[in-house]
Amino acid sequence: MTTATLRATSLPNSLTAGKLPRGTTWMVLVGSWIVFGAIFGVIAAAGGGAKSFNIVGAVFFGTVLFDVVIFVISLLVEGIRKAQDRLVTSLVATAFIIALLPLISLAWTVVSNGLARFDIAFFSQSMRNVIGEGGGALHAIVGTLLVTLAAAIISVPIGLLTSIYLVEYGRGMLARGITFFVDVMTGIPSIVAGLFAYALFALFFGPGIRSGFMGAIALSVLMIPVVVRSSEEILRLVPNELREASYALGVPKWLTVLRIVLPTSLAGLTTGIMLAIARVIGETAPLLIVCGFTTSMNYDLFKDRMMTLPVFVYTQYTQAAGLNAQASIDRAWTAALALILIVMLLNLAGRIIAKIFAPKYGR
Amino acid sequence: MNLKRLGAPIVLAVVATIALSSCAANEAPAESGSTTTAAAEKFSGTLNGIGSSAQGAAQTTWVAGFQQNNPDATINYDPQGSGAGRTSFISGAADFAGSDAALKDTELAGAFALCAAGTKGIDLPVYISPIAIAYNVDGLKDLKLDADTIAGIFSGAITTWDDAKIKALNKDATLPSAPITVVHRSDDSGTTQNFTEYLAANAKTVWTSPASQTFPFQVGDAAKGTSGVADATKNAANSITYIDESGSAGLSIAQLKVGDSFVKLSAAGAADVVSKSPIASGREDNDLAIAIDRTNTDKNAWPLVLVSYVIACQQYQDADKAALVKGYVNYIVTDAAQKAAAEQAGSAPLSADLAKKVAAAAATIK
Amino acid sequence: MTSATLSTPKAKARLGDRVFSASTVVAGSLILATLAAVAIFLVVQSLPAIFAKAGTLPNDAANFWTYVWPLVFGTIWAALLALIVATPLSIGIALFISHYAPRRVAQSLGYIIDLLAAVPSVVFGLWGIATLSGFVQPFYTWLGANLGWFPLFAPPISGTGRTILTAALVLAVMVIPIMTAICREVFLQTPRLHEEAALALGATRWEMVRMAVLPFARSGIISAIMLGLGRALGETLAIAMVLSPAIVVKFAVLQAQSPNTIAANIALQFPEATGVSVNALIASGLVLFVVTLLINMLARYIVNRRKAFSGAN
Repeated sequence: MTTATLRATSLPNSLTAGKLPRGTTWMVLVGSWIVFGAIFGVIAAAGGGAKSFNIVGAVFFGTVLFDVVIFVISLLVEGIRKAQDRLVTSLVATAFIIALLPLISLAWTVVSNGLARFDIAFFSQSMRNVIGEGGGALHAIVGTLLVTLAAAIISVPIGLLTSIYLVEYGRGMLARGITFFVDVMTGIPSIVAGLFAYALFALFFGPGIRSGFMGAIALSVLMIPVVVRSSEEILRLVPNELREASYALGVPKWLTVLRIVLPTSLAGLTTGIMLAIARVIGETAPLLIVCGFTTSMNYDLFKDRMMTLPVFVYTQYTQAAGLNAQASIDRAWTAALALILIVMLLNLAGRIIAKIFAPKYGR
Repeated sequence: MNLKRLGAPIVLAVVATIALSSCAANEAPAESGSTTTAAAEKFSGTLNGIGSSAQGAAQTTWVAGFQQNNPDATINYDPQGSGAGRTSFISGAADFAGSDAALKDTELAGAFALCAAGTKGIDLPVYISPIAIAYNVDGLKDLKLDADTIAGIFSGAITTWDDAKIKALNKDATLPSAPITVVHRSDDSGTTQNFTEYLAANAKTVWTSPASQTFPFQVGDAAKGTSGVADATKNAANSITYIDESGSAGLSIAQLKVGDSFVKLSAAGAADVVSKSPIASGREDNDLAIAIDRTNTDKNAWPLVLVSYVIACQQYQDADKAALVKGYVNYIVTDAAQKAAAEQAGSAPLSADLAKKVAAAAATIK
Repeated sequence: MTSATLSTPKAKARLGDRVFSASTVVAGSLILATLAAVAIFLVVQSLPAIFAKAGTLPNDAANFWTYVWPLVFGTIWAALLALIVATPLSIGIALFISHYAPRRVAQSLGYIIDLLAAVPSVVFGLWGIATLSGFVQPFYTWLGANLGWFPLFAPPISGTGRTILTAALVLAVMVIPIMTAICREVFLQTPRLHEEAALALGATRWEMVRMAVLPFARSGIISAIMLGLGRALGETLAIAMVLSPAIVVKFAVLQAQSPNTIAANIALQFPEATGVSVNALIASGLVLFVVTLLINMLARYIVNRRKAFSGAN
C-alpha cells in the first residue's frame, strides 16, 4: 500500500491527514471493472450470452460502481465536500466514457466496412457507365464540396453579421424577433427546406430546374440558424472590458467589433461554423429533391443535376440488389467514410487557421 | 478582416481545386467499348427522369448501357419515388417518370406540361419484380402458405407459428410454438400496394382492408425500404415479411398456394402472369397499363408481382426529346437490357411478347 | 449598449459604423424574410390539407388534426427522451474537457467529440439498425420482465429493439456533440479571476464549478439545449430508418409499435405521395414549425425569468 510509504517518510501531517492516498482512484476504478467483469463472466458462463455485449456492459456498470464506491470511501475518509468533488469528477469522466462508446462503435462500423473500397479508383472515377463492381464517387465528392462551399459562403456572412447585430447593436423588437425566430428556424425539417428551395426556384425558372446552387440555398436555410445561435453565444462572452478599452482609445465601434471582438472569439466561432458545416454536409433528403441524382461529373453549380455524397450513400445502400449488391454496399460505406474524413479535414483546417490568427489568451 | 470567416471557404476551395484539376478517370471521351452496337442511329442530348426507387437499380443499369452505346447522350434518373415521379412528369419537371403504379384517372384528366396540346402520358411496363413472402425461422424450410393464411398473419389474426391454419398447410414441418414477428414497410410503397392488392383479391374474407400503398394494420415491426425490411427480418427471430425478391437474400422464401398446388417463386412465373394479364381499358391506345390478374392459377404462375412503368408523352412538344425517349425505351425493352437488369437489380425480364408490345407502343412516341 | 450612451453627446457618425451596422441589420432582416418565405410556402401548401374532407387524407383520418396529433406526440416525446439523456451527458463531457481533463489532452478530446457531429444522419441510421438496436434489445427484455409494471416499460417488448427509446438514444448521440461544443466554449469563457478567486477561498473544484462556472454559463447551457432540441425535433432520416413506426399515442417506450415523428413521417411518405397527401405532409411540417415555435417561447419565458448575466450586458 502506498499509505505505508507515505507514513514512513513523515510524521502525521495535518495537511494530508484527511486525504485519500494517491492512486486510490485508479485502484478503485480497476477494481470495479474487475468485479463487474467477474459478474458478467459468471452470467455469460451460465447463460452463454453474446461475449462482446458483456464486455461493454462490464465497463459500463463497472464505471457506475466506481462512481458509487469512490464517493463512499471519500465520504468516510475525507468528509462531504471532498466526497462531492470526487463524485462529480468521476461522474464527469463517466459521461465522457459513455459518449466515447457510441463513437468508437460508429467509427469501427464505418471504417471496417468502408476500407474495402478505399482505393484510388474510388477517388478518381465517377459512376458514369459503371455497372456492378468498380466505379467511384469523385462526382459526388466534387458535388458535396461545391454545394457545401456555396452554402457556407451564403450562410457564414449572414449568420455572423446577424449574431454581431444581436450582440453589439440589436435592441428592441427586431433583435428579440430575430433571436426568437432563429430558434424556430432550427426546427425546420430538412426535407421542408428542400421543398422550399425547389418551390422558390420553380417559381422563377420553371419546374424542370435542378442545380447544385439550389442545394446550397436549401442547406443555407438549415445552416444559418446554427451559425447564428452558436456565434451569438460566443460573442456574448467577450468581456465588456475589452470593448470599453477599445472605445476609450477612440476606436470606432465597427473596428472594435472587427479587430477586438471577432479575433477574441475566433476559436469559438470556428467551432460553431464547423459544427454548422458538419450539420448540413450530411443532409440527404433536401439534396435528393433539389440537386437530383446523376452518375456523371458536373462542375457547374448553376446548371444541371449535381451528385452529392449523402445522396450517393443513400442510393447506393437502398439500391443494392442482384448480383453485385455487395459492391454497391461497399461503395456506400466507403462514401460515408469519405464524408466523415472530409468533415474531419475541414475541422482540422479550421482549427489550425483559428489557432494561427487567434490572439494568445489565458487558456 | 475576420480571417476565420474566410478560413473554411479557403480550405474548401483548395480541396475543390485539387479535385477539379483531375477529371473523372472513367469519363474520358469514349472511343473504345462502343463497338458493341451496330445500330446506325446514335442519340445525343440529356434526358431527365424522376420516379420509383424500386426501378432505381435497374434504371442505373439501363442508363449505363444506353450511354455506352450513345456516348453523347446523358440520362439522369432521380429515384425520388413514384408519386414524386408522376407529379414531376405532369408538371414538366421530368422528361419521363418511373412509377410503380400507372397514371391515375384524375391525373389523366389533367394536362401534361411537356406533351403536345391535348395528348396524354402513356404507361409503358418495363420492370417486373416478384414479391416474396420471406421468413426467418430456424430450421424451417419450404414453408407453404395460402392467401388466407398470409392475410391472417399480416392482419394480426394468426399470432403463433404453430397456429392450426399454418399447421394444416405444413403437415410435415416442425413449427415452433413461438409468436410470429411480422415485419412490414414503414414507408408508402408500390410493394405494399401490390401485396395488399393480392390479398384483397384472394383473401377477401380475412383481409378486410382495401389495397393501399400504406400498410393498413397495426401489427408487428415496421421498417424503411426493402433493405430496412430485410435487415429487420434477419435480426428478429421467428419473423416474416413481404419483400421484393431481389432483396430477400439470406431469408427463406415461402411457397404460395396458387389454384390447388403450391408454387415456388420464379421470375418466369411472375413475367408470365404479367404478360397474360389484360391491358387496362379506357385509356389511350398505346397506354399499356396492366390490370394484373391476381387470380391467375396457371402452373408455376406467381401472381404476387409488382409491375413498374416508364411514363412518357404520346407526343412531346420537343421532337428531339421524343426521339431520345423513344430510343431509350426501345433500348430498355431489348433482351440485353432486360437481362442486365435481371442480373444487377434482381428483376424478372419481360416476356418476349410483352416486350414486343412495349416496343411497338414506344415506336409511336412522337 | 454602453457605447451608445457614451457616444451620443459627441454624435460623430462615421461612415464605417453606419455601413457596418446597416449590413448587420440587413443580414438579420434577411433571416426574418427567409423564414417568412418558408412560413408562407408552408401555409399556402398546407391549406388544402387542413380543410380536406374526410376520406381524402392518409391513414383514413377524419380530419387533419386527428391525422397529425399522433405525430406531434411522437415528435415531442422522442425529442424529450433524447434531451433527458443528452443534457446531463453533454454538460458532463463539456466540463470534463474544459475543467477536468489534463490541459494537454483536453483539446484533442474535444476534437473527438466534434467528430460525432460530422457523422451524416444516414450513417447514424445504419448504425442504429445494425448495431444499437441489437445491443439494447436484451436490456429491453430485461426491463420488460422485471419492471414491466412501470407504465414506461410496459410489455410487449419489441423483438427487434427498434423502439422509440432506441430512436431517442440515436438522437441523443446526434445532439450530444452540438450541445457539448457550445457548453464547452461557454465554460472556457468563464472569467479566470472568478475561478481563481473561488479556489483561493478554499473551494474544491466542484464548488468552484458550481459557484463560478455554472452560473456564468447558464444562458449558454439553455442555448445549447435549445439547439439540441431543434436538431432533435427536425431530425429526419435517422429516425425514419431506426424507428418502427405506427399510428399510436402512447408513452410506453419499449414496444414495437412506436409513435412516429413528423419529420420521419414526411421522409417515409413523401416519395410516394400524390394529391392531398402531399399537402397533408407539408401541413404536418407546418405543425412541426409551430410546435418548435411554442417550445421556444416556453424556453424563452423560463430563461427570462431568471436572467443570467453575461459579458456583454
